Amino acid sequence: MIACNRRFGEAGVAKSSIHVRSAGGIERGFIVLVCRACIDPPCMKVCPTNALSKRIGGGVILNSSKCVGCKLCVNACTIGAIFWDEENEKPVICVHCGYCVDYCPYNVIRMEEIS
Amino acid sequence: MKVIPSKILYIDLSRRRFWIEDRKELFEEWVGGSGVAIKLLEEECPKNANPLEPENPIIFAVGPFTGFYPIASKTVAMFKSPLTGNLGESHCGGRSALAIRMAGYGAIVIKGASETPVYLAIHGEKAYFREASAIWNMANSYTVGRILRDREPGAGARTIMRIGRAGEKLISYACVVTETYRHFGRLGLGAVFGSKKLKAIVVSGRRSLPLVDPKAYREIYKEIFTLLVESPSMKKYHELGTSMNVNPLNELKALPTRNLKEANFDEAEKISGESFAKDFLGRRLACAHCPVSCIHLAALRMPYDSEPYFYKTKMISYDYETIYSLGSMIGIGNPKELLKLLDEVEALGLDAISTGVALAWATEAQEKGLISINETNGLNLKWGDAETYLKAIRFLVNQVNDFYKALGKGIEYASNIYGGKEFALAFGGNEMPGYHTGLAAHLGFLIGSRHSHLDCAGYSIDQKIVATGKKSTIEELTEELINEEAWRQILSSLVICFFARGIYKPELIIKAFKPLGMEFTEDSLKKIGRKILKAKYEFKVREGFKLNKLRIPERIFQTSAPAGEILKESIAKALSLAEEKLTNLP
Ligand code: SF4
Ligand code: SF4
Ligand code: SF4
Repeated sequence: MIACNRRFGEAGVAKSSIHVRSAGGIERGFIVLVCRACIDPPCMKVCPTNALSKRIGGGVILNSSKCVGCKLCVNACTIGAIFWDEENEKPVICVHCGYCVDYCPYNVIRMEEIS
Repeated sequence: MKVIPSKILYIDLSRRRFWIEDRKELFEEWVGGSGVAIKLLEEECPKNANPLEPENPIIFAVGPFTGFYPIASKTVAMFKSPLTGNLGESHCGGRSALAIRMAGYGAIVIKGASETPVYLAIHGEKAYFREASAIWNMANSYTVGRILRDREPGAGARTIMRIGRAGEKLISYACVVTETYRHFGRLGLGAVFGSKKLKAIVVSGRRSLPLVDPKAYREIYKEIFTLLVESPSMKKYHELGTSMNVNPLNELKALPTRNLKEANFDEAEKISGESFAKDFLGRRLACAHCPVSCIHLAALRMPYDSEPYFYKTKMISYDYETIYSLGSMIGIGNPKELLKLLDEVEALGLDAISTGVALAWATEAQEKGLISINETNGLNLKWGDAETYLKAIRFLVNQVNDFYKALGKGIEYASNIYGGKEFALAFGGNEMPGYHTGLAAHLGFLIGSRHSHLDCAGYSIDQKIVATGKKSTIEELTEELINEEAWRQILSSLVICFFARGIYKPELIIKAFKPLGMEFTEDSLKKIGRKILKAKYEFKVREGFKLNKLRIPERIFQTSAPAGEILKESIAKALSLAEEKLTNLP
């Protein structure tokens, strides 16, 4: 989370597009929430302003200037991988850059080409 | 621009009000964590305050590195301790530090007391006083966590601190449990919560923090991260956790056993880090923003009494200190029995070290006939008898009679009434940590401001003496302990987990401050460290603490320690030296 946020030249977590939470108490372990780069992205289909477009290789690209902050995409993502940037009132969407992978010492996340 | 936490959230439980103040200068001068907390404690805690009255404040503070750098993952709590009657300071990780900073604060100050049970929900700028009558007196602190998890928002970026029954019953060494397996353990913060009818605090927030130099930040971050991940000592913390120390300390004959009648436990192997990892390890966890993950959970399958083939599996955290206190110190060599005791202590919200040492003292007192089954409420406390100890722990938390009431105030207090001071292993009123390595360890417990092994790590000085055979003079030893404690004030102000003290050296800290717009030199940092230590010592003295009045339990002279014989004269001399040094800290 913190690695992701660092890409924006800031520390903290507000702009992170990857999230970790416990699976109902930490005794049960953790869930990593991150966009899995759908080939046919449901989040894109609900966007009323076409702020989301298909990304080559899966997932979506956000055009912030078109986004009106309606949060429809947040609800449309079945796996809950779109987060909300409270500071800008815009969604935070994974760009699949892989920066976070280098900061996972236990190889929980990795980058993979999807076909 | 300086990127430093500056906002303090003040909460008045009596009037159910909250407000936010900007105290940038305070953080600029005192860094954060311990430094800021001691100043706030001075401000908020009236002289001679009763620790269990509304006048005793609770201070939480995080530091300038919180949210910025890995393993800056601890929160410092300060309060007046109901156990020692002076400085109460306890550190805790979990998600507490990150959550407090992401909610926008450098510190939280809680004043007053509620008339009815309450829990606090702090979400960013807002604080809510929520009804807690339904979760008051709940048997298990795990359950309280589960309920609040469902009721409050902010999953993933929040902390849930809560007390168990021990805190409600004002046991002087009740702890505050966060995220189930981390604790503000020592010195009784749980009882202070209880006295305020404060059952829990949830804190959440999601923000980003600006930087003066993002590029330099990314570089230094990577450097620290790599150091942490590649360091062999950190790898060991990850593999076995702190319990990796059980075997070596036992071999050294420094593992307090059966109330320190011995310092070597014949069953240590069975409760060692290696055995737990092999037979029980179920999961490892880390505090938020820590790549090490030293927290080890054992999976214990327990049958229900009522039905055959009906089981529950519990995750129970273990650590070196808890294996010592509820294991060797009371003669428990069966790992399953030990885990059951750990689980009970966690559920009730007791400090595991103090609880084990209190049981050890009570066992010996009963052995010696100082107390009988009239006091123990019918129990025959016996080394290694976990079933009986489980009952004793419940009697203690339920405060069933005068004896358990006294025991609940710590063994300093209980041995005043029932005798057995020679073997009441408390230092400055705080029950002993698990190191009988030699003079330096015990001196550290005596002069350290928290009476904890973490204040100045005397045990590691002893271990060096054992390894090299080189002894230091009393002057050198005292000097070394105080210097170490002064430097640790910087770590606990940033606030860095002490396990990474070998990585966060002065040069690295100075470098890491730069992208935040702050300049320090090694000298200026060390000076601040001494200033903080001095302020803590002055607070203790203000509340009646006297180094030369400390009681020294005879037992430490009777059981031989690996770093050589411990002499009374040496301790007396060191204490007067320490007093002089601490009073005159520059
Ligand atoms: S929040 Fe923005 S990106 Fe998401 S659906 Fe609404 S307009 Fe589209
Ligand atoms: S955000 Fe969710 S719905 Fe959209 S592409 Fe990623 S996984 Fe698919
Ligand atoms: S090393 Fe352990 S205690 Fe320290 S921050 Fe990491 S997980 Fe927490």
